[in-house]
Amino acid sequence: MYEKLKRFYHQLGSPRYFYHISGHFLPWLAVLASLLLLVGIVWALLFAPPDYQQGHSFRIIYIHVPMAILAQSVYMLMAVAGAIGLIWKMKVADMLAKASAPLGASFTLLALVTGAIWGKPTWGTWWIWDARLTSMLVLFFLYMGIIALHGAIQNVQNAARATAVLALVGVVNIPIIKYSVQWWNTLHQPATFKLTEKPAMPPEMWVPLLITLLGFYVLFALLLLMRTRCEIIDRERSSKWVRQLVIAQR
Amino acid sequence: MGDIAIQFSSLADFLAMGTHGFYVWSAYGISAVVVVGNVLAPILRRRELISAIRRSEARKRSV
Repeated sequence: MYEKLKRFYHQLGSPRYFYHISGHFLPWLAVLASLLLLVGIVWALLFAPPDYQQGHSFRIIYIHVPMAILAQSVYMLMAVAGAIGLIWKMKVADMLAKASAPLGASFTLLALVTGAIWGKPTWGTWWIWDARLTSMLVLFFLYMGIIALHGAIQNVQNAARATAVLALVGVVNIPIIKYSVQWWNTLHQPATFKLTEKPAMPPEMWVPLLITLLGFYVLFALLLLMRTRCEIIDRERSSKWVRQLVIAQR
Repeated sequence: MGDIAIQFSSLADFLAMGTHGFYVWSAYGISAVVVVGNVLAPILRRRELISAIRRSEARKRSV
């Protein structure tokens, strides 16, 4: 069993094998993400009850919270993939890390923008230098720094190494985001979902939130595979299998 | 779970979102644009890569 797992891991390290196996997952991920997001968004907009204080503006939570959670998960995945690439020189891990950065940046941006839009009717302001908001802005700058570094370094291996180090240093920000609402309790409300407690919302509100959260996770997995496959084609373009693949494409 | 029912009495009511229509719809609209962009980006890049590789292959064969 262990030997089999080890072999599978080593096979995944081969861009050609990764490209082949990930191709089988794409349609399933696309169907699953579409279904979850369709059900989740319709439920969120039409069927979830309005908040007794915030009214209908609370429906922004169904985008805002998944994006904020995903922004941090994607960052962790990017840092771990970068570390694997650094330590074991695994090319596919480097490509996964590179493909994660723009996705994570766009999710962080959406968390910030939807938060600002939600903040206006709820707090009376688009922005405040609250600890949660500020640490999320720092996360966005970390993503942008990593994307810029990829653009600035021509050599693929050097770029992977430099961005992995930057990503690992930036991991320090993740617990700061998580605990910011407890350490500096100013304006942002505490966590919506906790592993150890029941949510403070009724199920009519949090079940659709769980569905959109899962939907966005699956969508991210799909987008990550699509981007990584592009990266593989780009970097392996002179190999025989990619040339054959391109000729076979119509 | 309590009864699950549509929370709006009409389409106009749904679009108004109480008094928060602007906020709810701009948040969802911007998110939709970003998601569509994220989906299109790798599809277009793949198409570009494949045609670029095909062109360079054709050039090599003609030489």
